[in-house]
Amino acid sequence: MTQRARNWLMVAPAGAWLIVMLVLPLSVVFIFSFGERAPSGGYVPAFTFEQYANLPARFTAFKNTLVLAPLGTLTALVIAYPLAYQLAVRTSDKWKTLLLILVIVPFWTSILIRSYAWIFILGGRGIPSLLDSIGIEDVRLINTQFAVLVGIVYGYLPLMVFPIYVSLDRLDKRLLEASADLGAHPITTFLTVTLPMSISGIATGCMLVFILLMGEFLIPAMLGGGKVFFVGNALVDLFLQSRNWAYGSAVAVMLIVIMLVTVTLYMRLISRLSVQRDDTPLM
Amino acid sequence: MSEHTPISKKKFMEELRRYEKGSVTRRHFLGVTGLGTASAVMGAALSGLLPSSAFADSHIGDRVVLATWPNYHDQSNFDMFTDQTGAFLQVNVFGSNEEMLAKLQAGGSGWDVFVPTNYTITTYVAEGLIEPLDVSKLPNYDASAFDPRFADAGTVDGVLYAVPKNWGTTGFALNTSHTNGKSMDSWKDFFDRTMDDFSGRTMVHDYQLTTIGAALNYHGYSFNSIDEAELADAEKLLIDVKPHLFAISSDYQPSMRSGDAWMTICWTGDGKQLNTDIPEIEYILGKEGGELWSDYYAIPKGAPHTEAAYALINFMLDPEVNAREVLAHGYPVADNRTNALLPDAILNDPILYPAAELLNALEFGAAASLTDPNRAELMARFKSA
Repeated sequence: MTQRARNWLMVAPAGAWLIVMLVLPLSVVFIFSFGERAPSGGYVPAFTFEQYANLPARFTAFKNTLVLAPLGTLTALVIAYPLAYQLAVRTSDKWKTLLLILVIVPFWTSILIRSYAWIFILGGRGIPSLLDSIGIEDVRLINTQFAVLVGIVYGYLPLMVFPIYVSLDRLDKRLLEASADLGAHPITTFLTVTLPMSISGIATGCMLVFILLMGEFLIPAMLGGGKVFFVGNALVDLFLQSRNWAYGSAVAVMLIVIMLVTVTLYMRLISRLSVQRDDTPLM
Repeated sequence: MSEHTPISKKKFMEELRRYEKGSVTRRHFLGVTGLGTASAVMGAALSGLLPSSAFADSHIGDRVVLATWPNYHDQSNFDMFTDQTGAFLQVNVFGSNEEMLAKLQAGGSGWDVFVPTNYTITTYVAEGLIEPLDVSKLPNYDASAFDPRFADAGTVDGVLYAVPKNWGTTGFALNTSHTNGKSMDSWKDFFDRTMDDFSGRTMVHDYQLTTIGAALNYHGYSFNSIDEAELADAEKLLIDVKPHLFAISSDYQPSMRSGDAWMTICWTGDGKQLNTDIPEIEYILGKEGGELWSDYYAIPKGAPHTEAAYALINFMLDPEVNAREVLAHGYPVADNRTNALLPDAILNDPILYPAAELLNALEFGAAASLTDPNRAELMARFKSA
């Protein structure tokens, strides 16, 4: 067997996986997006751009997703960074493991069940009744954009904490000491040493959270009360309620295109930021 | 040790040989060796986790999968079914007929029994998604015992496809503690008050038939209208109301019970359950009309456990079992054998059996309302607005 053939053979399983799991389903979705809805629901073959022309009817879903996904990612970053920093740089090894486990444990429970808990916390008998008892009346939290934001930040926080933790944990503490010895203010040290060294972790965390948030539908449905609609909810609805597979496929294609564009731009930005560094981002 | 062993090693091996030679049946083997009991116990505990447990002490198989609606059964009846047949009952709960139809259209639902509503059955028949029923396997089904009004839709072109489960109405539930004990009587109130003093406190179903139907009723149109101008009026109302809604969801009991929601579109049984536990919550039929419906048991084409499906339907049609169901969920039945077993308090309950003039204003959902693309798209626009 030639080297060339052997190389092909080595790649074959991964290639087959990619084709069966990604290329084929996406092709089906792409083909469906040019079709039409069958009279009682489903799909009939056709070649029309009608579904794409109809996309503005889902404007709000796209808007909600494109506002709340980046906002959720950013909020998660703001909360996760100090947490990861504390864990990686300030915590002794003895406590590190325990604290890390505490970050992971919620991840072992279904997000569905944890969202039910948030329904109670944000619902009338939760925080609003506490606020009521100190004189702040009639606060509505559940089924709002705020509730959805809380839910997604809460749900995806560990995915942000870990990559940042890993990048900070690898940070050579002697660099910080050297910076201090040379007279740098702690803030200067943070901005010129720590932060640039953790860019790869931030990039990975943001990417993981953002991509997953773009497809989120469970949390908006549960904490948004069916009122804060994401593209994911529009898709569920189009396939399960309207049974309009063609239109649903067009919405899905649009979501994929938006994701590809944002993620590509984002990767360009990150690679420019970390251009002089040897540990390139994971993604 | 040995006296506690139900069967000796030697005897076990003898039985195993006999089974291998085919001189005894598997059932006999499982029974004599005690493996049947052991695996039935394990199966009851594990069958939710394992895709197929090898043994079950019954000829109908070890499981049956039921697709049904929320708050719609008595768990003790399910347990009894499993005890009697050895078949574990797996329940999938759905929010709308549209969702059920979508799952069956996509194929491979894995359901043995499902619970379609009257207006969907002709669509299932037309799409070839439903199995004609073999009445000989349903000894508990007595057609003459059922009120034809709630049983008719199960028969399409003279073929029986579905047998009646329960019937009921779609109205709304109102927590009167927020209206100084005053009631309401119309869909006009329902939507107008939502945009006024009930702002942020009302829920509507998250599927088209009843939500669009109620908006059509508000304007005095038919619940089933597919007229474009009338649907446009309904859409305008729903879009105007949307910012004032608490939620768009068919699972409204938790929010009504917690007090977060004060009013919701509601089915008979949920209204009954809420009213029983919280008397301030009333169940109201809009005087403009609304929905009268009837649910059925049916078997989807290609059901993996057909025998178990027949056994389950037959079990549920047993008048005594059915009566326990009614007491648990509060939906009336069309079966006079079951009604004979129910207490008068149930049979005279105005939530279950509304006054004739209210009932006569209601309409059965139409197949066209289910499949109309404009209604589907209207609902989707409303939800993503």
